[in-house]
Amino acid sequence: MIKTDVVIIGAGPTGLFCAHQLGIIGLKCEIVDNLDKIGGQCIELYPDKPIYDIPAVPKCTGEELTNNLIEQIKPFNFNFHLSDRVQELKNENNKWLVKTLNGKEFETPNIVIAGGVGSFEPRKFPTKSAEKYDGKSVLYSIKDKTIFKDKSVVIFGGGDSALDWAIELSNSSKVTLVHRRDEFRGAPASVQKIKELSDNNTIDLITKYSIKDVKGNGSLESVEIKSESGESKVIKADYVLGFFGLIMQLGPIAEWGLNLDKKTIPVNTENFETNKKGIFAIGDICTYPGKLKLILSGFHEGALAARGCFKYARPDEKYRFEFTTASSTIKDRLGVKE
Amino acid sequence: MAKIKYIEFNGTEHEADVANGLSVMEGAIQNDIPGIDADCGGGMSCATCHVYISDDEWFRKLPEKEMGEDDMLDQAFEPKSNSRLSCQLIVSDDLDGLTVHMPEKQV
Repeated sequence: MIKTDVVIIGAGPTGLFCAHQLGIIGLKCEIVDNLDKIGGQCIELYPDKPIYDIPAVPKCTGEELTNNLIEQIKPFNFNFHLSDRVQELKNENNKWLVKTLNGKEFETPNIVIAGGVGSFEPRKFPTKSAEKYDGKSVLYSIKDKTIFKDKSVVIFGGGDSALDWAIELSNSSKVTLVHRRDEFRGAPASVQKIKELSDNNTIDLITKYSIKDVKGNGSLESVEIKSESGESKVIKADYVLGFFGLIMQLGPIAEWGLNLDKKTIPVNTENFETNKKGIFAIGDICTYPGKLKLILSGFHEGALAARGCFKYARPDEKYRFEFTTASSTIKDRLGVKE
Repeated sequence: MAKIKYIEFNGTEHEADVANGLSVMEGAIQNDIPGIDADCGGGMSCATCHVYISDDEWFRKLPEKEMGEDDMLDQAFEPKSNSRLSCQLIVSDDLDGLTVHMPEKQV
């Protein structure tokens, strides 16, 4: 059990800057994120796209913004818990007991939800029948490629993950690559390689088809695919892999008894607390009159939520407002030597 | 201004007057029309504002897809050849009378 002042859910720009503000006022925090890297949407959706509306930064990419924020909170040595997801919250004696999917436990008076539009999950096949085999022979990511040796593998998708795995697995498996159109969005070199492998019959390439059904009797036997005009084909399959990118799901956040407005959490604008005492929401996931889904709004929200957290983390102390330019206490916390 | 008709997967029809310059996606969101999620807010990075343009003539009349829209549509729920991302359809008088059909779901 890790005891801390605040658990932040989400390591996007908003969560990172909130951590900075917590560090500045002398609080500790632990940061949990479902992705395997820090940066949230900035790093997952648009690492290379320039952002033009960060105050005093005329232009930076999602990756640059993330790296600068990481640099900014370095002095505080906060822990990150990546590839993990907060699953359960329980309130005991005014403390929140937090459990993650990987079995980590935290005890904290404050939780800051900076979860964007939820956690990133692989987009799955629309076919109901695929659910039965989910995680066994219908997969959306690969942990151990040796299981595919000498098996028939049908891969769906047209991006880099689909192409790279089709190329890689073609060495030791019977690979069929199925994509809904003739063009691929993967890297040109991979597309070229796929065409070569298809021309010399190393892989079967089928375009303008999508999944219709998966069939089996206990274990997966085949996958049926359909064209838009209604033709269908059945392909023998031991494994079916789908690579359709990631979607954002609210996930367990919806189960915590928080007021919800569509996929967002209403908060007050004084400290960004939700209807639950000690649970705050900031960034894209929170809503209030006039809410703008901008990174700069998330920074402001994080700064105020941090002060809200102070009240519960240090109930016997009075919060004193200080400037980073003037406060020697803050400079100590930042490890600045003058 | 254009009158846009949004038809949910279950057949429920909604009509909205959408101002020029807004996207067809924004027209749905601002009028509380269900069936379009628009998780990313119009950045062409999530494929949850996916619609079908069932009328061939309308599909051809719409501005062509820009680079990246088809890539995003690869990730949509049941994309077809008449699929579009509604965040990329910018409303003008020319779009008056457009009908879009929503897919069964967005994710």
